[in-house]
Parts: sequence; structure tokens; C-alpha cells
Amino acid sequence: MVNNIPPIDKGSETAVAEWQLILYIAGQTPKSVKALANIKKYAEVHLAGKYSIEIIDLLKNPQLAEGDQILAVPTLVRKVPVPIRKIIGDLSNEERVLVGLNIKSVIK
Amino acid sequence: MKKGSSKNNGIPFIFPKTPSGVEGLDEITEGGYPKGRPTLICGSAGCGKTLLSMQFLIKGILEHDEPGVFISFEEPSDDLTLNVKSLGFDLEQLKAEKKLVVDHVRVERSEIEEAGEYDLDGLFIRLGYAIDSIKATRVVLDTIESLFAGLDNQAILRAELRRLFHWLKQKGVTALITGERGESTLTRQGLEEYVSDCVILLDHRVIEQVSTRRIRIVKYRGSTHGTNEYPFLIDEHGISVLPITSLKLDNEVSSEVVSTGVPGLDEMFEKSGFYRGSSILVSGTAGTAKTSIACYFADKQCKKGEKTILFAFEESPRQLVRNMKSIGIDLERHMKKGLLLIHSSRPTLNGLELHLLTLRKLIKEFVPTTVIIDPISNLLSVGTEHEVRSMLVRLIDMLKANNITAMLTSLTKHTDNFRTNFAEESISSLVDTWLAVRDMEGIGERNRGIFVIKSRGMGHSNQVREFIITSKGIELLNVEVGPEGILTGAARDANKLNRKLSEIKLQSELQRKDREIERKRKVLEANIEALKNEFDSVQEELGLLRKTEAMQEEAASKLRKDGK
Repeated sequence: MVNNIPPIDKGSETAVAEWQLILYIAGQTPKSVKALANIKKYAEVHLAGKYSIEIIDLLKNPQLAEGDQILAVPTLVRKVPVPIRKIIGDLSNEERVLVGLNIKSVIK
Repeated sequence: MKKGSSKNNGIPFIFPKTPSGVEGLDEITEGGYPKGRPTLICGSAGCGKTLLSMQFLIKGILEHDEPGVFISFEEPSDDLTLNVKSLGFDLEQLKAEKKLVVDHVRVERSEIEEAGEYDLDGLFIRLGYAIDSIKATRVVLDTIESLFAGLDNQAILRAELRRLFHWLKQKGVTALITGERGESTLTRQGLEEYVSDCVILLDHRVIEQVSTRRIRIVKYRGSTHGTNEYPFLIDEHGISVLPITSLKLDNEVSSEVVSTGVPGLDEMFEKSGFYRGSSILVSGTAGTAKTSIACYFADKQCKKGEKTILFAFEESPRQLVRNMKSIGIDLERHMKKGLLLIHSSRPTLNGLELHLLTLRKLIKEFVPTTVIIDPISNLLSVGTEHEVRSMLVRLIDMLKANNITAMLTSLTKHTDNFRTNFAEESISSLVDTWLAVRDMEGIGERNRGIFVIKSRGMGHSNQVREFIITSKGIELLNVEVGPEGILTGAARDANKLNRKLSEIKLQSELQRKDREIERKRKVLEANIEALKNEFDSVQEELGLLRKTEAMQEEAASKLRKDGK
């Protein structure tokens, strides 16, 4: 059901990753491609080994949009750790992504 | 404009419309919202935007079998369900029947961080999915402006909204989009720029502590529509709009006559009553038994088994029933039989238009043949003369259109000239029959008189009739005319007495004269007898004389003979 592009699990092989991220996209648009590339890049740098990224394509699974209250695409949802955070856009602004995911404080 | 007219190929073209599900609104819009296009509903908080759009969906499902999607940006779906439950709509059931989808789109600013370019495809997909899953033809977006509070990038948002409305049009769904009223624009975010096919404005105004909700069609491309502000009502059955009823005067007329119910009053009309479906005004000063006359009329109709509604603005039903009992009218009996409905409310309870709507609704539900409003002049306390007048025009119009006989009472100020007052002036041209009841003062008492000012299409008495109210009811008295006009009350009694006295006097005078003549005759006869007697005796004497003379002559001749 879920279009699970092989989780880009770098490092963490445990069932539950410390950081669970979901990226909602609507087809392979330039924006979603860019967003995916960006989040991978940041995660590699800051969360190496303790994250998982799931990608949901809403064009294929439109019913999933309601659950996470997806409005805009691309949307990156931080499921774990709670609280849920959402970052919308192509994630080109690294500063805001890190603030949004609350990663900054983790590294510092 | 372009689209609507370009389709017109000379043949009478009917603009495709979707019924709004709101009573009265279809009449204003001449059929409903533009089919397959978005319509903007704007108004300030508490105007009934959500309800109007919800009603559109629900009625669409129930009455036209058109499934609908409700995208709520404000209220969670459970709240919505609860809110409309009080109006008798069960959303859960409709949802279960796959006729309705309610989706709550929650936009929490605190949860969302914007980082770079994005679009609202998520919303499109959700909406598209919802529409496709139940094959919806009706869509509501309530209130899409909430997005502006949740998202920062206005440029993207605006572009996306424009795309959204375009997309909705392409989908061919009839959509309602609600928006908050802005300071100087119709909506806070200027949505009217995007949704320009049809814009409807709701308004909630409080004038002199009485609130009235109003609706106005600001624009409607490709179609004519009512342009005025129309009041609307939210009650336990949802929204209903009251349009100005048709100004066409083409209602059916009846030549059937209904009795006034007041003994004696019928006689004042050539055909012994009012025409069915006509409107009757009973006006008079305080305490001239207007209500009693109205109740008599109601009683009469109910006795015939006809349904009657009595709108009382002064008395409660129980009070009215009790009071009428005192003059021998039993209204309770009719109420129990379901023939009579007494609806009491204070005029100040709500605005004028709401009163009108209430009347309308009740009339629609109860289907009476007679409606009585007691009194219309009380409505002045909630509206200006102009407003009251326009309301009455509409009311009478509506009643006439339904062939309902209407009796309205009106309180007039006490003036020397008894034909005054606003309500009468304003509707006198509308009513068919006008009865006036008035006080007639004189020699230390007050009496009531009734007369017919006009009665269209029927000859009527020109007399002012006095009437009295006893425990047996209203009774019209015969006209008593004195040297200075008609006489009433004590003067009437005095006059009666006088008349009787003079009658007796005349009678005895006649008798006396008769006797005198008799006496004279007797005297005359006696005289004649005496003269006759005298004549007889003279004649006798004369005969005697002649005899004597003859005898003398005979004796003389004998003597002469003997003497020879």
C-alpha cells in the first residue's frame, strides 16, 4: 500500500529508528525530487545512523493525505520524536529545516 | 458574462443552475447557484455561512440525490455533525451511505515550518479523492481563508487558490466557498477576485436591539437575479429566505363568500360576508372590540371546519381563550380539534422580517384558509413605518396568492378624525374590506359603533351601527336616528322612551278626539230629533187647523143651504 521507496536507512538497522521522517509528495515533480535530495543530505550530515525516511506519493495513495493533514506538497513530517512537526516546501532552506525538525539543538 | 451569453444561440437559453436547498433563495437566484461553478458566500462571523453551505449539501443529497463533499477548514467533522444535528440532519448516516464526505483540513501554524517552494497539491489530491470516492457534484470549502492564517507565503497561496477554483470548474462541481467579510472588501483576502461567477453576501445587523440576518446577491454572471437585500431566518429547520413576493397581480380570485361570524354584521354586506381570499382590515381605537370581532370570525371559520391561524401580538393563547370565553366564544374546542392555531409572540421578540418569516412558515405548515393578525399596528415597535409597510405588503400579497382570507386588526390613535394612522394608510389600498370600529361618546358614556369604510366588489351598508358586547357575545343594534344623527347607548334608550311616550300620547289624543266626535254626533242627533219633533208638532197643528177650517166651511155651507 505504502509506496515504500527502499528506506534510506543508513546505519540504523533496528526496527524503530530514533528519527522517523515521512516525505509526502505528489508525483515526481522537480520540487519533490529536490526535497528528497535535500532531506537526505541534511539527515546524512546531522542524523547519520539514527533515522528512517518513508516516501508517500499522494497521487498513488490519496487516502493517506488526510491522516497527517497534508495540505501542501512536498511536506516532510517528523513522526518521531514527538511532537509531530511538519515542514513544507522543497526544503531548500537548510536553516529552517533544521529549526523545524529541531535538529539544531541536538547537534549543539 | 462571456460564458453565459456565448452559449445563447437565439433559442431561449436557461442558465444551468443547481438548487440551493434553501427555501426562497432559489426564487431570488432564479434557480439556485451556477451549476458547475464556484460561488462565493461571504459574511461576518455568525451570519450562517457554514449552515447555508451545509444545507446546500444535505438538501442536495436528500432531495436531488447529489452527493457532496464538505471540506472544513475551521471546525472538526465531529463538531459539524453535532451542530447540524440540532437542525434535524444526521451527517453520520449520510456519511455511512456514502453520500457525504466531511474532511477537516487542519492548518496549525505552530506545527508547520515553511522551507522553500511548495504547492497545495495535497489539498487538491484530498479534494479530488473525496469527490471521486462518492462521485460528488456539490462541494463546499468552509472557510478557505483559514489557509492564510496558517501559511506564510501569500504569493504561493494566491496562485494556488486561483488554480484551485479553476480546477473546481474543470471538475464540473458546483462549489460553495465561504469567506469572512473584510474591512472594505467582500472577503478579508479578496477571494472575490478569484471566484467571480456568483457572489452572495450575508449580513447580520442589529438595529435598535433587534437583529436581522440578510442576504444579497452581489453578482451573478450570466443570469438575472434579485438585487435587493432579503432577510433570512435560521430556525430549527435551517435557513429560509423570504423574497419579496411576486408583484404580479395574477392570483386566483374566488367569489365564494365567507360569513363574518358576527350576527348582524353580515347584513351590512350585500352578499352577507367577505369574499374568500380577500383581506379585511378592522381598525379602531383601544377597547373597541377589534379582537373580539376577529375571534368571532375565527370561531365561525372553525365551526365550518376550516383551519385558522391567529397570530396574537398582545395576548397569550390562554389569555385569549379565557377572555373570549367571557363573551361566549369557546376557542379551546377548536384548538383541541386542531382547527385553530394561536401563535403568540411579542413584537419585539425579533425583527420584522423574522415575524414575517415565522408567519410564512406557520402558514406553510398549517395550511389554513383563514389568517388573523391581531394587531398589525404593534409591529411598529420593531420597525419604521416604511419597513412595516413593506412587510405588510408582502404579507398580504402572500396570503392573497394562497387564497387565504386574512383579517388584520389595527389600533388607531384616538383622534377626532377617526380615519388616521400609518398602518391603515399604508395598507388601505391593499385590503379589500375595511371595517372601522369607533368610540361614540356622549352624555357621559361611551358606546361602540361599527361601519364599513369600503368593501371591494360588494355593495355595503353606509350606516354606523351600534353594537354591544354581552356575555352572549356581540350584538348589532338597529339604527336609531335622532335629531342630531344616530343615537347610541343611553341616548338611544331615552329616545326609545320618548318615542313610546309620544306614541301613547298620540294614541290617547286620538281616542279623545274620537270620543269628542261621538259626543258631538250625539248632540247633533239629539238636536235633529228635537227639530223633527218640533216640525212634527207644527205639522200636526197645521193639519188640525186645516181640519177645523174645513169643518167650519162645511158647517157654514150647510147653514147657508138650510137658511135658504
